[in-house]
Amino acid sequence: MKKALSLVLAAAMAFSFAACGGSTSTAGTSAAGSSGTASTGAASAGTSTGSASGAAIKIGGIGPLTGGAAIYGNAVMNGAKLAVEEINAQGGLQFELNFQDDENDSEKALNAYNTLKDWGMQVLLGTVTTQPCLTIAPETASDNIFLLTPSASATEVIQEDNAFQVCFTDPNQGVASADYIADNGLATKIAIIYDSSDAYSSGIREKFVEEAAAKGLEIVADEAFTSDNKTDFSVQVQKAKSSGAELVFLPIYYSEANLIIQEMNRQGCTAQVFGCDGLDGLLTIDGADTSLFEGVMLLTPFAADAQDEKTQNFVAKYQEQFGDIPNQFAADAYDGVYAILAACEQAGVTADMDASTICDMLKGAMPQITLDGLTGDGMKWEATGEVNKAPRAVKIVNGAYSAM
Amino acid sequence: MNSLKTMKKSTRSNLVTYGIVIGFYVVMQLLVSGGMLSNSMQGMLVPICTYVVLAVSLNLTVGILGELSLGHAGFMSAGAFSGAVFWVIAGVNMPAPLGLALAMLIGGVVAGVFGFVIGIPVLRLRGDYLAIVTLAFGEIIKNVLNAIYLGWDSNGLHFSLSDSAALNLEEGGEVIINGAIGITGMKKASTFTAGIILVLLTLFVVLNLVNSRAGRAIMSIRDNRIAAEATGINVTKYKLMAFITSAFLAGMAGVLYALNMSALAARKFDYNTSILVLVFVVLGGIGNIRGSIIAAAVLYVLPEMLRGLNDYRMLIYAIILIVVMIFNQSPQVVAWRAQVWEKLSTIGFFQKLAKLKKQSKGEA
Repeated sequence: MKKALSLVLAAAMAFSFAACGGSTSTAGTSAAGSSGTASTGAASAGTSTGSASGAAIKIGGIGPLTGGAAIYGNAVMNGAKLAVEEINAQGGLQFELNFQDDENDSEKALNAYNTLKDWGMQVLLGTVTTQPCLTIAPETASDNIFLLTPSASATEVIQEDNAFQVCFTDPNQGVASADYIADNGLATKIAIIYDSSDAYSSGIREKFVEEAAAKGLEIVADEAFTSDNKTDFSVQVQKAKSSGAELVFLPIYYSEANLIIQEMNRQGCTAQVFGCDGLDGLLTIDGADTSLFEGVMLLTPFAADAQDEKTQNFVAKYQEQFGDIPNQFAADAYDGVYAILAACEQAGVTADMDASTICDMLKGAMPQITLDGLTGDGMKWEATGEVNKAPRAVKIVNGAYSAM
Repeated sequence: MNSLKTMKKSTRSNLVTYGIVIGFYVVMQLLVSGGMLSNSMQGMLVPICTYVVLAVSLNLTVGILGELSLGHAGFMSAGAFSGAVFWVIAGVNMPAPLGLALAMLIGGVVAGVFGFVIGIPVLRLRGDYLAIVTLAFGEIIKNVLNAIYLGWDSNGLHFSLSDSAALNLEEGGEVIINGAIGITGMKKASTFTAGIILVLLTLFVVLNLVNSRAGRAIMSIRDNRIAAEATGINVTKYKLMAFITSAFLAGMAGVLYALNMSALAARKFDYNTSILVLVFVVLGGIGNIRGSIIAAAVLYVLPEMLRGLNDYRMLIYAIILIVVMIFNQSPQVVAWRAQVWEKLSTIGFFQKLAKLKKQSKGEA
């Protein structure tokens, strides 16, 4: 019995280490995840403090700094850090940032949130991923703490009136994708491959299917996979190919999309690939054959090689400080901090107010501000918490994004 | 005092266990009412209770019954979802304690039924088949719950496996389980008091079972199945008894967990959560109920206490797990600990302790 137990535990550990890309929550796996990201990630400190001499508004951040989704959490933390440093250097309102790890787990996010409350958080920038945010948003509503999430995209996240989003909502992306495909006549026969165990992916897919039906697009294949089963896509690609689809819609994250595109190439499937903001990051995969990504289209609010001055400044600074090319999450976080600044200035918030007062003032101020950010010009917010900005479609040409 | 001395050793040990839990409750309540407990610690009180119940109930299977179960999170999720659905539909309109109690009962029964269905074929076999089957069960139930869409309107419940549009809800209908997103916007019901009551209930059930005739039968199966069978013990019946009790308690813990947060998603109840609970049991000592309680509470709080270490947090946590394991189990370290103990017992204060320890050892 004991022998068998130790064997199983050893196997479990080995398995978790091997699968450290998956979602993690236990000791062994998270340690693996964290050491992995520590070596690849930039100078990632769990908690970071902007300068802040004297009184500063305390901004709390929550996101996965370890585990399978660490790339998103670290990007948000770095983007926010950059924005806070810039704002503090300008003088005027001062910010202080404290970013806590949630391992992409609701329970850990709640613990992180309580830790931030002990620290005296006045405004929450987060959470980064959708699932934990569904737990945190009602908490902030009952505590009356202002919440602005850079990247949690489900509509349920902003049900409460104190919650605002920087990114598009999932339904928006699904509808916008279907509209874009139909309006530009890209295809009429469409195959979808999506992650049914992921809220982001299944949310987009649901609205896409609805809108596609309204626009007269035909869904010829609708194939799902789950997060436990995302290494072999030959069946899904086979079905998409044999259904005669002209376009494959991938409302998923880039790591799986990479595998799907490779599999399509292997099977000789030449359908057009179209994705949402989750595909942002394809070009930064280490060791991937980027020539396969030629012609991939995606809707994303941010492209790191855009030619405008703001983006170039941001990318240069980010690269200098963290050694990476920033992705859309970093840009969302950067915009999020500036949105908080704009709303604070609009409402006349000062650092000595308590969180509840700040929340009430920011709630009123958010719909009044207009922000020219990295992820869109003239961003405006509805009182419901949804953002108004134009989705941008880009196509990968010669290994770089080009606007369409 | 006299009655305390003449009391059966097991009864005394059980009272100490109850005392630890009640003492913990009283101290925490005093700290909360004095405003001396941080938000972070207050937020962890209910999860601590949840994991203590899970660890104790798993210890019943792993330690007392001697079968390995790797799907404890599966029973937890079965209970969590059934209890939460009941809570959303009916429990909200009841007084909170009643609604919570009923939700827990339903969650426990559903998990117990799953335990029965799994146990009936598997517990008849010899060998570590239960580990494999429970591992599969945990994964299956997670994936099924990930795919379920459940809605509610005046016609009753609607169910679908494709998407929420397929539910055909009428105007004003409400989607309860929304596939991978799970249940959102729940009213919270779990309190620390409810959690401690559940812990005490679990302890009451498990400790009484262990010290009963049935419990001795269960342990005899663990120690020597052939001898147990030869004395006329119905092996499958007693195995099922322990396993279903364990599943039932895990289901109740699942409800406590679910109603402590306003959102519930199936993704949480994966293989990692099962292993986490197993780690609590192994580090607390297999078969040692009090050890499970302490291990679950300490190991749950530890990663939060280590937040200050930033990136090294989980690394340190893993190292601590390994060190505790070696400290508790390695024969060399155990021998070394005994030596140190001998030396210490020459000093006045420790002499008394050592005497007490010897006494209890002699009785064992």
